[in-house]
Amino acid sequence: MNSSYAVPAVALVVLATVLVGAFGLRISRTTSDFYVASRTVGPRLNAAAISGEYLSAASFLGIAGLVLVQGPDMLWYPVGYTAGYLVLLLFVAAPLRRSGAYTLPDFAEARLASQTVRRLAGAFVVGVGWLYLLPQLQGAGLTLTAVLTGVPDWLGGVIVAVVVTVIVAAGGMRSITFVQAFQYWLKLTALLVPALFLVLAWQRDGAPSHAFDEPAAFREQRVVRVEDGLDLRLEKPLTVTVDGTVDGRAHHGTELRLPAGTHHIDGGTRLTFAEGAEVPAAGRGADDALSPSRAESREERPLYATYGLILATFFGTMGLPHVVVRFYTSPHGVAARRTTVAVLGLIGAFYLLPPVYGALGRLYAPELTLTGNADAAVLLLPDRMIGGAGGDLLGALVAGGAFAAFLSTASGLTMAVAGVLTQDVLPSRGVRHFRLGTVLAMAVPLAASLLVGGLPVADAVGLAFAVSASSFCPLLVLGIWWRRLTPPGAAAGMLVGGGSAFLAVAATMTGYPGEGPWHALLAWPALWSVPLGFLTMVLVSLATPGRVPPGTAGVLARFHLPEELRTEVSA
Amino acid sequence: MPQDPTERRVVVTGPPRRARRAFGYYRPRTEIDEQTTLGHTYVRSLMRIQLRAGLTVFAVLALLIGPLPLVFAVAPDARRLEWAVLGFGLYPPLVLLARWYVRRAERNERDFVRLVEDR
Repeated sequence: MNSSYAVPAVALVVLATVLVGAFGLRISRTTSDFYVASRTVGPRLNAAAISGEYLSAASFLGIAGLVLVQGPDMLWYPVGYTAGYLVLLLFVAAPLRRSGAYTLPDFAEARLASQTVRRLAGAFVVGVGWLYLLPQLQGAGLTLTAVLTGVPDWLGGVIVAVVVTVIVAAGGMRSITFVQAFQYWLKLTALLVPALFLVLAWQRDGAPSHAFDEPAAFREQRVVRVEDGLDLRLEKPLTVTVDGTVDGRAHHGTELRLPAGTHHIDGGTRLTFAEGAEVPAAGRGADDALSPSRAESREERPLYATYGLILATFFGTMGLPHVVVRFYTSPHGVAARRTTVAVLGLIGAFYLLPPVYGALGRLYAPELTLTGNADAAVLLLPDRMIGGAGGDLLGALVAGGAFAAFLSTASGLTMAVAGVLTQDVLPSRGVRHFRLGTVLAMAVPLAASLLVGGLPVADAVGLAFAVSASSFCPLLVLGIWWRRLTPPGAAAGMLVGGGSAFLAVAATMTGYPGEGPWHALLAWPALWSVPLGFLTMVLVSLATPGRVPPGTAGVLARFHLPEELRTEVSA
Repeated sequence: MPQDPTERRVVVTGPPRRARRAFGYYRPRTEIDEQTTLGHTYVRSLMRIQLRAGLTVFAVLALLIGPLPLVFAVAPDARRLEWAVLGFGLYPPLVLLARWYVRRAERNERDFVRLVEDR
């Protein structure tokens, strides 16, 4: 890709973000401004802000990449991300706003009057937040390297980290609200305008439609350079011209007929595929233990994996720390509900676009499945399909939008994590400590992304959803609707549900079970860990009936009564 | 509703509406504010009706989404259908379900306010 337009585009996005943030800074004065924008954000601005914050790197780049590699099953991700808001609306939105708390730990304390549960919720907020920040920073690095050849991987992540830390530390929630709303529209434009041109180019090309068939095929002779070593799984024999090492034997421009089975391709090998050849499925090389191939477990139990994914995204959304904190910025419960409906419309509209990129990617850039760089499909397509100055300009627009995605999600997460660190970890409250908390909130995932690296963007986000669905979802739903919830029950449920999901995720990341049904169970924990979290919370609460907090009835009345009846209930 | 004041002494299970209203300051809302047992009953009834609204819409959502992976697994040839449904078809129903729920929840709250404000 030509970088002469893309670099100014990325720079422009960063600059505009700082400027809009500075605009918010001028009116951000009090502590309440800092954390919840003084609760004066109307539904439309707030809905755009929520959507802008929510549409992360996983949505902007990851979904198209996953669809490209694994086919339409992966479209369950955007459906789940959207439906998660519907579930949030049904059970949580208005009561959460009426609870009047700033953060998830505040909610836990207000409902259960227990410092222990508060600290536990805080620990989970920080854990989920960091887990979610990691792929944002990695995605930023990936975008910058796709745009600018020769730039080190870590630079994009560092740029995003610095910009976000400065904005959040300086302006808090007030300025973030404006930044997020601005970035929703930026992201939509950055994906919509190139998509229109790409669809036109596709029509001019005779509207080939075999992208919808399985598996994807090469439309023309294409040379693929394999960056890292990988295992190629062939269902049927494949004829390919090899320049490099396959199955431990060196070849120099020889045409090879590979029999069905698994073949190891060494890094640096060039493969030339003939026109019409099917794109083979790629697994990660055995040397790359850090990035488990979810593709493998999907093939073993696709149905189980799909349901696991649905459950994690449907119930995980409500517990994401940066999503929840947004509801406190609505002026009242009714506005919180209407905001959620607007959010559903906005993110639904956005999610019509990634499938277009995924489908076109299968047609025009199928080799990305082999290079292990499928997340870059959205960035590469304009150049590939349109080319010339127009392609460069559109590519620059997409790159700018991708950066907006990292910046907005990362600032929301940093905001939430910094809020918890300031209130529960650092010694005293106040704006200065909030700034210290911001630096801390960003430093840890940045260090982790530099040290670890290499987890597919959408996968890492899926893990954060699974942990959130099995810890915060039971806490919120039972806390709002069930009056017999006790502090020990809530703590046990969060620990057992969220903890087991977290351990399962950690086990898969280190490649512990390897293959078989155990691997699928651990790689997609939501299907058992969410019910486990709910069950533990209910059973332990029922076993400790004496620990129901004395003020429960009053607290629940406050959660559910419309604001106009609430003047005297504050006691 | 008893018209004869002597019958008033017999009614012991319900809220003493007539007696208090005679003094002009009774409203169910006071019961809620003072967190009496009766006030809690009002809040419980609101919670129940709101939970029912949420569960109804959630059941529709589950019926809509739940069978889809099975359908796609049973009919692997229906790739184009899968692209169309997952790529575009599910978003309008999601938004419609959300609007339906909000209308219902807001109506429940209006009815409740009317009840306790005794208008």
